[in-house]
Amino acid sequence: MLIDATILFQIAGIGIITALIHTVLKQVGKEDIAQFVSLVGFIIVLVIVIHHLADLFQQIKSVFLLKGL
Amino acid sequence: MDIVQIVLIGIVATLLYILLKDISPSYSFFIVLITSIIILIIVIKQIGIIIQLLKSLGDKASVNAFYVETILKIIGIAYITELGANVTKDAGLASVASKIELAGKIFILLLAIPIISAVVEVILNFIPVSGNGFLGQ
Repeated sequence: MLIDATILFQIAGIGIITALIHTVLKQVGKEDIAQFVSLVGFIIVLVIVIHHLADLFQQIKSVFLLKGL
Repeated sequence: MDIVQIVLIGIVATLLYILLKDISPSYSFFIVLITSIIILIIVIKQIGIIIQLLKSLGDKASVNAFYVETILKIIGIAYITELGANVTKDAGLASVASKIELAGKIFILLLAIPIISAVVEVILNFIPVSGNGFLGQ
């Protein structure tokens, strides 16, 4: 079974790039756009994580017969 | 060897966490969360095989299927509660983590109510308690 650690690198990459853009925009002087960029990066990562979390909870439910809860 | 891959994923996640901790702490928290999710997804597939074995053993011993299902549900609640409590504790919310653990304990107790009442019924059948006859005299 091949386990993909791609998502780890994905999240780390998004984090580094977002921090970079945030710093650059802050240096330029556009504070509001910097805040917006970090918010969008946060939401993208949140969507990825929530997707996997829902997958995990679904699998736990199907394995442990937790249909009613 | 799955275990080697799991350990390597843990080490990679640790390195990425140390890298991201200073740059942006929120993403490092996501790294922790996704690592536990990945490892649990790997483990849950193996647990399914063990559950199948337990079910077949219960069928062979002609145990009532209701009891086996209750035990499986309790184990599932324990796993979910542990994941949630650990993630919350990692994020620094120890009080919320203890509340999650409390909720897990309560729900486990709630699931065990039919079994407990069945045990009490059996014990009451052993001991000849005269329900209201004693007081009626």
